Amino acid sequence: MKQIHVVEGRAIPLGLKNVDTDVIIPAQYLKTITRNGLGKGAFETIRAQPGNVFDDPENAGANILIAGDNFGCGSSREHAAWALSDIGIDAVIAPSFSDIFSGNAFKNGILTVVLPQDVVDRLLEVARTDPISIDLQDQTVTTPFQDRFSFEIDPFRKHCLLNGLDEVGMTLTQHVAIAAFEAKMAGERPWL
Amino acid sequence: MSSKPRTLYEKIWNAHVVERRDDGTYLVYIDRHLVHEVTSAQAFEALRLAGRKLRRPDLTLAVPDHNLPTTARLDAEGRRIPIADAESATQLAALERNAPEFGVRYIDAVAPEQGIVHVVGPEQGFSLPGTTIVCGDSHTSAHGGLGALAFGIGTSEIEHVMATQTLLLAQSKSMEVRVEGVLGRDVTPKDVVLHITGVIGAAGGTGYVIEYTGNVFREMSIEGRITVCNMAIEHGARAGLVAPDDKTFAYIGGRPMAPKGADWDKALAWWRVLKTDPDAQYDRSVVIDAADIAPCLTWGTSPEDVVPITGVVPDPASFADPSKQVAARKSLDYMGLTPGTLMQDVPVEHVFIGSCTNSRIEDLRAAAAVVLGRHVASNIRQALVVPGSGLVKRQAEAEGLDRVFIEAGFQWREPGCSMCLAMNPDKVPAGERCASTSNRNFVGRQGPGSRTHLVSPAMAAAAAVTGRLADVRTLKPLGVEA
Ligand code: SF4
Repeated sequence: MKQIHVVEGRAIPLGLKNVDTDVIIPAQYLKTITRNGLGKGAFETIRAQPGNVFDDPENAGANILIAGDNFGCGSSREHAAWALSDIGIDAVIAPSFSDIFSGNAFKNGILTVVLPQDVVDRLLEVARTDPISIDLQDQTVTTPFQDRFSFEIDPFRKHCLLNGLDEVGMTLTQHVAIAAFEAKMAGERPWL
Repeated sequence: MSSKPRTLYEKIWNAHVVERRDDGTYLVYIDRHLVHEVTSAQAFEALRLAGRKLRRPDLTLAVPDHNLPTTARLDAEGRRIPIADAESATQLAALERNAPEFGVRYIDAVAPEQGIVHVVGPEQGFSLPGTTIVCGDSHTSAHGGLGALAFGIGTSEIEHVMATQTLLLAQSKSMEVRVEGVLGRDVTPKDVVLHITGVIGAAGGTGYVIEYTGNVFREMSIEGRITVCNMAIEHGARAGLVAPDDKTFAYIGGRPMAPKGADWDKALAWWRVLKTDPDAQYDRSVVIDAADIAPCLTWGTSPEDVVPITGVVPDPASFADPSKQVAARKSLDYMGLTPGTLMQDVPVEHVFIGSCTNSRIEDLRAAAAVVLGRHVASNIRQALVVPGSGLVKRQAEAEGLDRVFIEAGFQWREPGCSMCLAMNPDKVPAGERCASTSNRNFVGRQGPGSRTHLVSPAMAAAAAVTGRLADVRTLKPLGVEA
């Protein structure tokens, strides 16, 4: 997995709340057996509208997305994270995320940054004209206008993202503990 | 063992912690892994690329459901009818190949037990109380109706479970949603869960595992509890739980994969302690009076957009939260609805009775009781009944429910996800409206431009026979059902 230290660039000021994973990637794009190429279906219903933020030339090459409350709610499809990666998004900023989505994003090296609504409103305003910068090590979001906002992040996720670690590989090194748990269960709950 | 009072969630959680890590996350053991064709291919592929094995194929069960057409699967000679959509066929073929390669038990598309993964798990006795159950599908929460800690995971997590039979998780907070009192006439488990979603909101349960408590859930059937827990995710919860009881044990006993003999006795002894201790504290509690719950439905494009069937399309300006006002305006625009319209005056063109929320035998019985002696209205273009599994289908046929539906003008289909999501040929065309027993009314969920109203099976049946969103209580029973 790629390492993340600083994500810097233009941000797409989406701002909507309750953006569900059907909006991020509609069901008809789930019929793939690979992880690549999903960008073509990303935000299809929004992009069908003229003047949408995704196709605004101002936002070409943007690598950050700013959204409203409860981003990524709904279906557990990891395709939502793959679709975001495919359109070049490295980080999403919102007041809250669905649990499943933030897990999927993390596993695909997308940083999810939770900030209060008033801060998100300020960043939406900045994003219209200027880039923003997210520093994972310092846990801060900054703008060219001297704004500086701190965010919280799970220490384990931070560690993995900073070092680009593969979770499956890390857990496999704990096979002794897992085998011991299975042996104990075979005695205590043999019906499983 | 500490004597600190614990919630049901904490008891199941504690029984599955392999290791607590320094950073506060936990390595948690997974007892049951359900697999379907849509979210698994990339996980199998990742195992293959890394040269890794699937650790516990014996704890894994695979069944295709999302992509399968619900029309006949075998021709007159008993040969499999090829699937027309090339991408669906590829995804289904990948699962059919991957399951044997990794030693996973596989119920194929034409097996009598085939069905929607969340109907099949409980029905086969694969889903058990006190287990941790995962599946690459958010409605895995359904299995919480049996007292299992069950939740949806993404494909990277599927790969993690396949390789290690564990997940790295943070512990959720606990919430109690207590519903006490007497439910009104024709108020079903679906109405209860829609009402809860309306009260706490689509994100109200985010970060929580919800335990549904109170006499309403104690008195509810197991199938009803599964319906409620199925939609726990629609109010944002990681999982939903109902404490297992004698009804649960009676439901499980004798099912093909359920424990037997001495194992059954041991299991039962453990299952009986799976309840929240009297003094245990939830992080949050919500109390709802059963008398406040009416047969209800959704008007918008979020499952929190709930009104009683006697209600009207709300005015966006009536919401206090400005962002909700914006969302409501967008929703109404998409749904083609005008504020103030009586919900019962809204005509529908499609009716869908099915999905992992409402496709079990009790659901079909409830719908058939309304349909009996009536006919689908002339403005209805499609009225589908899609049983949740082959076993449900056969049971319904044995009871003659298929005849009730077919004679009324419904189509009686093969099991699968069907019109719940637009991945197979069953879709709602753009701009058309569907009364649906499924769980999501999102934009485009039933097909691009489709308009969904979530309802109970009885209300879906009422919509089919009247051609509009209808209050089932105003339809006098014609049949023999009480
Ligand atoms: S019936 Fe619908 S909600 Fe249930 S598993 Fe299938 S697609 Fe998902």
